[in-house]
Amino acid sequence: MKTTLPARIKSVAAAIATVGLLAGCASTGNPKDPIEGFNRAMFAFNEGLDSAIIKPVATGYDAVLPSPIKTGVTNFFSNIDDLFVGVNNLLQGKVPEAFSDLGRVVINTTVGLLGVIDFASDAGLEKHDEDFGQTFGRWGVGNGAYVVIPVFGPRTARDTVGLVLDVAVDPVWNHLPQDAREVAVALRLVNDRANLLPADKVIEEAALDKYSYMRDAYLQRRRSLIHDGNPPREVEADAEQVDRPLVAEAGAAEAVPVTPAPLVLVVRTEQVETK
Amino acid sequence: MKSLIAFFSGLLIATTAMAQEVAPDVLVKTVTNEVLEIVRKDKDIQSGNTKKAIDLVEAKVLPHFNFTRMTQLALGRDWRQANAAQQKTLTDEFHVLLVRTYSKALTEYKKQIIDFKPFALKPGETDVRVRTEIKQSGAGKNIELDYYLEKSGAAWKVYDIAVGGISLVTNYRDSFASEVRNNGVDGLIKTLQAKNKSGEATSVKQ
Repeated sequence: MKTTLPARIKSVAAAIATVGLLAGCASTGNPKDPIEGFNRAMFAFNEGLDSAIIKPVATGYDAVLPSPIKTGVTNFFSNIDDLFVGVNNLLQGKVPEAFSDLGRVVINTTVGLLGVIDFASDAGLEKHDEDFGQTFGRWGVGNGAYVVIPVFGPRTARDTVGLVLDVAVDPVWNHLPQDAREVAVALRLVNDRANLLPADKVIEEAALDKYSYMRDAYLQRRRSLIHDGNPPREVEADAEQVDRPLVAEAGAAEAVPVTPAPLVLVVRTEQVETK
Repeated sequence: MKSLIAFFSGLLIATTAMAQEVAPDVLVKTVTNEVLEIVRKDKDIQSGNTKKAIDLVEAKVLPHFNFTRMTQLALGRDWRQANAAQQKTLTDEFHVLLVRTYSKALTEYKKQIIDFKPFALKPGETDVRVRTEIKQSGAGKNIELDYYLEKSGAAWKVYDIAVGGISLVTNYRDSFASEVRNNGVDGLIKTLQAKNKSGEATSVKQ
């Protein structure tokens, strides 16, 4: 894992390139998921990795550490994340939210002892969830194809580009000393996974087919996040969409190459409604 | 005579209660608090007794749900393709699946505190969203838990629940549609029945 930033970008880009190459050869008819065959294979790989390594470690971590410590770890990484939540809010033109995020960082880094204690939430400064993928979405960039990326999991083409940027500016990777950062990244991964343990059982209970359940949940979640929790209700509109011939969709789509890789990001004029 | 008076005053109270409709946000709040109260006191549910959690949900929560509408939404246009008997079976099976999922969530997230967001019912509205939030200690951002309610007659009924923006109902739409496309409505019924059977097996084990 000792790679430099350009090398990491290159490897992520290579993964995307592979996806792009495979895009042409596996299609099962769902317009949101044109490379379902590849995605299912990647999903199986990620599930294997999770059940063999990540989940057992996270379960142990969850069982051994007292919850105030786990809360401290979550808060510490959340505080670092807040900096870029603020940047993204600013890029989306949400100035009051951006200032609130900045306030959170200032309060939690000082009074909150480098972020370990989340005083800002108690003070009424709400934690936001933003990233570059959401910023692109807010700017009107459509989802593009659904992609399951090794280790990182579900993304859309748009969110994959967002992810590359998120990783590129991640302070944990970029500004911690070399020895500390591997530990920090691993700790963050394990802690994040531990926070999701209760959700596992609920999903097992709910899903007929875990792959498509996770896919549709991811797509709904991202849609909701881009609209800050107030997406236009799609219940009835969806039924119409199914009726619409797929050809029209492909015709309306505009292809814009974003990387030298044969990946195309499908830009659709999706209306982003502001509150 | 006394009993007659008691009977009539009882009747009077009953009719007033019926005439006075419960606002959707009040309904969500009352039911949530009531259920969480029971969960917090019940050691069996806390230690993961799904069966008992299901009984609780059946008794307290379900009377306020409209399962036919939920199933209709999950099936989208395939609903019309199913005959009356199939629609009934689908609704029953989907009911079991949702109740089991909801009960599981209840036992997994039992320690959480629910916040109720401000809500104002506009006159004449019959379709609303009541927003609540699960406060997560130590897991970062709070999770939004939204209830969608529709007015049928004098009562409000829940027809969708969204967790973090993910609708528990429409999230099934694509997988239901592909099941119907490949194996027909009966194929979907079979898949649901098999899923519910396997769920039964796991809740008995616990």
